Amino acid sequence: MAKIKQEIRALSGDEAVAYAVKQADVDVVAAYPITPQTIIVERFSEYVHNGEVDTEFVCVESEHSALSMSLTASATGARVFTASGSAGLALMHEILYVTSGCRAPVVMAITNRALSAPINIHCDHSDSMVERDAGWIQIYVENSQEAYDSILQAFRIAEHQDTLLPVMVMLDAFVLSHTLESVNVLPDNAVQRFVGMRNIPLIQGHQGKPVPFKLDPDNPITMGPLDLYDYYFEHKRQQEEAMEMAPRVISEVHDEYARLSGRNYGDGLIEPYRLDDADLAAVCLGSTAGTTKTVVDHLRKRGVKAGLLRLRTYRPYPTQEIRAALQNVKAVAVMDRSHSFGAHGGPVFHEIRHALYDATIQPHIVNYIYGLGGRDMPPTLIQEIYTSLQRIAKTDQVEKPVQFIGVRE
Amino acid sequence: MASQWKFTTKDLAEKPEILISGHRACAGCGPATVYRQVLKAVRGPTIATNATGCMEVVSTIYPYTAWSIPWIHTAFENVAANAAGIETALKALKKKGRLKQENVDVIAFAGDGGTYDIGIQALSGAAERGHNFLYVLYDNEAYMNTGIQRSGSTPHGAWTTTSPAGRVIPGKPEYKKPIADIMVAHAIPYVATASPAHWRDLMIKARKGIEANGPAFLQVIAPCPRGWRYDISRTIEIARLAVNTCVFPLWEAVDGEYVLSAASKVIALKPDRKIPVRDYLKAQGRFRHLFTPEFEHIIDEIQQIIDRRWKRLLKRCNM
Ligand SMILES: Cc1ncc(C[n+]2csc(CCOP(=O)(O)OP(=O)(O)O)c2C)c(N)n1
Ligand code: SF4
Ligand SMILES: [Mg+2]
Repeated sequence: MAKIKQEIRALSGDEAVAYAVKQADVDVVAAYPITPQTIIVERFSEYVHNGEVDTEFVCVESEHSALSMSLTASATGARVFTASGSAGLALMHEILYVTSGCRAPVVMAITNRALSAPINIHCDHSDSMVERDAGWIQIYVENSQEAYDSILQAFRIAEHQDTLLPVMVMLDAFVLSHTLESVNVLPDNAVQRFVGMRNIPLIQGHQGKPVPFKLDPDNPITMGPLDLYDYYFEHKRQQEEAMEMAPRVISEVHDEYARLSGRNYGDGLIEPYRLDDADLAAVCLGSTAGTTKTVVDHLRKRGVKAGLLRLRTYRPYPTQEIRAALQNVKAVAVMDRSHSFGAHGGPVFHEIRHALYDATIQPHIVNYIYGLGGRDMPPTLIQEIYTSLQRIAKTDQVEKPVQFIGVRE
Repeated sequence: MASQWKFTTKDLAEKPEILISGHRACAGCGPATVYRQVLKAVRGPTIATNATGCMEVVSTIYPYTAWSIPWIHTAFENVAANAAGIETALKALKKKGRLKQENVDVIAFAGDGGTYDIGIQALSGAAERGHNFLYVLYDNEAYMNTGIQRSGSTPHGAWTTTSPAGRVIPGKPEYKKPIADIMVAHAIPYVATASPAHWRDLMIKARKGIEANGPAFLQVIAPCPRGWRYDISRTIEIARLAVNTCVFPLWEAVDGEYVLSAASKVIALKPDRKIPVRDYLKAQGRFRHLFTPEFEHIIDEIQQIIDRRWKRLLKRCNM
C-alpha cells in the first residue's frame, strides 16, 4: 500500500539513524562517541565533511556537554539531534531532566548498552530504563527499519506544540546498531515534507504578549529561572499534561507516516502480535520481539495459542492499551532486559502488573530477567518461557514469579 | 579589534540597563556591579546564559526576572556548553536564512565554582572548539550561593566554611589556581582580567571580548561582603586594593601576547606604589585569624607568593 517509491539500502541500525538525521533538515548535531553508537556519529561526520548536509555538527568533549549544547541550541530555535548510550547516557542524567523541564524538543538515539561495572559494551536496557522518569518520550524499536522510521517520527512528536518534549529512540546494541538490514528509505523531498520546518509555538511573554518560545533578542524571555515551592509543582504538573497529550500525538504522527511509507508498528504505542485469541503472552521491548515472533509462529503451528505484546512507546506508558491487549490471556511472561536490584523483578514487570491491576480478570504474570550484558536470547530460551506459561495456565499455579533466564546460578 | 566605544559616563547614562533593578543580590554585591558593567558594554542583540550560583539565583525567581535580554540557565557545570549551543544554533539558523538579526552575541556568566572547578571541562572543550562567545568569570573566590565553601579560586589562608580557621589548619592550605593563564594556554584570541574599581577598563575589555572572533575569557575580581567579611560600603575599595597590592593584577592577552593594563602598569613602572598585601588581608574578616602571633607568618608567605606571581607576570609582559 506504499504510495511512494522508496529505495532499498543495506544499512545497520546506526547507519539508518544517521541517514534519517541527514534527511530531516536538522540544524545542530552535538554528540560524543560511545560504542555501539559511534557509527551514527561517524556516518554523520562523513555527511558533513562531504558537504551532503548543512547541519552544524559539533564533536563535543563529553556527553554532558553534548546534551547541554543540544538543550540550548534547541532553546535558540534549532532542530537538534544527539545520540548516546550506556555510560554516556548516565553522564547526561542531570541534563536529561533539565532538557525536559525546559521543554526543549531534542531528539536522541540511544544504542542500549549495559552499565558498568563490570564494563561491558553489549546490549541490555539498564541505561535507558533508569531514565524512564526523566520526562522524555521513550520509543524502543525492533529493527533498523523501525529505527529509521522512528527517528523521522520523533522530530514531529517532540516539536509538536501539544507535547514539546524531548524524545529518545532506543535501538539494541550490536543486534541492531551493527547489523546490516535492508532498509527502505523515503526520498529526501518526501522526508522534508513529512518533518517540515520546526514550528516554534507562542507562549505568554513577560509583558503578557504572545512571544515565540525561544531565545530571541527581539522578544526576550528568561528560561530556566529559580522556581521554588510556589510554582515548581505547577510546572511539573504541566510536564505531565504534555505526557498525557503525547499518546495521541505519537499515534497521529505514526499513522500519517504509515500512510506515507506503508509501514506501521501497531498503533505506534504497542504492537500486539497474534494476541487476539491468545492464552499465553510474552511482553518485551526491542529486538527480542523479532525472535519472539518467530517462536510464536512456530508454537501456533503446533496449536499453542501463543502471542506477543511488544511495547514500542514506554513513556508515556500506554496503560489502557496494554490492559486491553492482555486482559483476556491466561498467563503473561514479562521479559525484562534490565534489573532493578532488590525490587523483586524488573521495571517492565512492575508496570505490566500495574496496568493489569484494574483488569476484570487478572492473568498470572511472571517475570524473566534476561540478556544482561548482551547474553544471547535464543529461540530455545523463549520457547522455554512459553512452556512454563503453558504449565501456569494449566495448573493455575505460579511457583516463581521472578526468574533469571539464560544465566548460571 | 578596534572598539569605537569610549565608555564615557555620558555614554553609559544613555545606555539602557540590561540587568534591571529589583533583583535580590545582597547590598554591596560585587558580582552584581560586575554584571551591570559588563552588560553596559554589549554591542547589539545579545543572548546570555548563566551557571548556577548567586547571580542566577538573585536575578531570577519565577515569575520575576531582572533580565531584559534573552537568558537561560540550565545547570552548574555546563555554562560554556550552553553558550556553545546557543552560538551553534545561531550559526545554523543564519546559514539557512532563518535568523532575523544580522548578528547576535553570546555571553556566558559563571562564578569561580562554575569555572575553576566543576565547569572547567565544558569551558576547556568550548575554548578548544573555538566557539565565538564571551565567558565572564565573576570571581568571588568561594561558593557563595551554598554558604561560602572553598573553591579552586579561594586564596591561600582564607577562611571559608569548608576551610575553617581551625586551631591546626588556619584556613585554606592550597593556592589559587591561575585560571586566566590556563585560558591563555588554550590559544584563544582574547583573555583579560578586570576589576569593577576600574570600570572603564572592564567595559572596554568586555567589549573586546565580545568583538573577538572566537572564544574570549574575562576574569573579574568580584568582592562579596558576605563571604569576605567586610562592610558593604567597601566593595569597590577592596576591588581596587586587590589591584594595587598586585593580588589581582590587570592585564590582557591578545592572541596570547600579554600586556599589562594601565592600573597595573603604573605599579610596574613605579614599584613604590605597590601596597603591601597585609593591607588587603586586614580589610577582610576571612583573613582575620592570620593576624595572630601564631599564624602571622602566613601573611609573609602570602606576600611571597604574590610577589613571585607578579614577577612572573611582568616577565610575560616583557616588563
Ligand atoms: C552538580 C551540582 N553540584 C552542586 C550544586 C550546588 N551548588 C549550587 S551553586 C554552588 C556554588 C556556586 O559557586 P560559584 O560558582 O563560585 O558561584 P557563587 O555562588 O559564588 O556566585 C553549588 C556548589 C549544584 N547546583 N549542582
Ligand atoms: S552572597 Fe556575595 S555574591 Fe552572593 S549575592 Fe550576596 S554579596 Fe553577592
Ligand atoms: Mg563564587
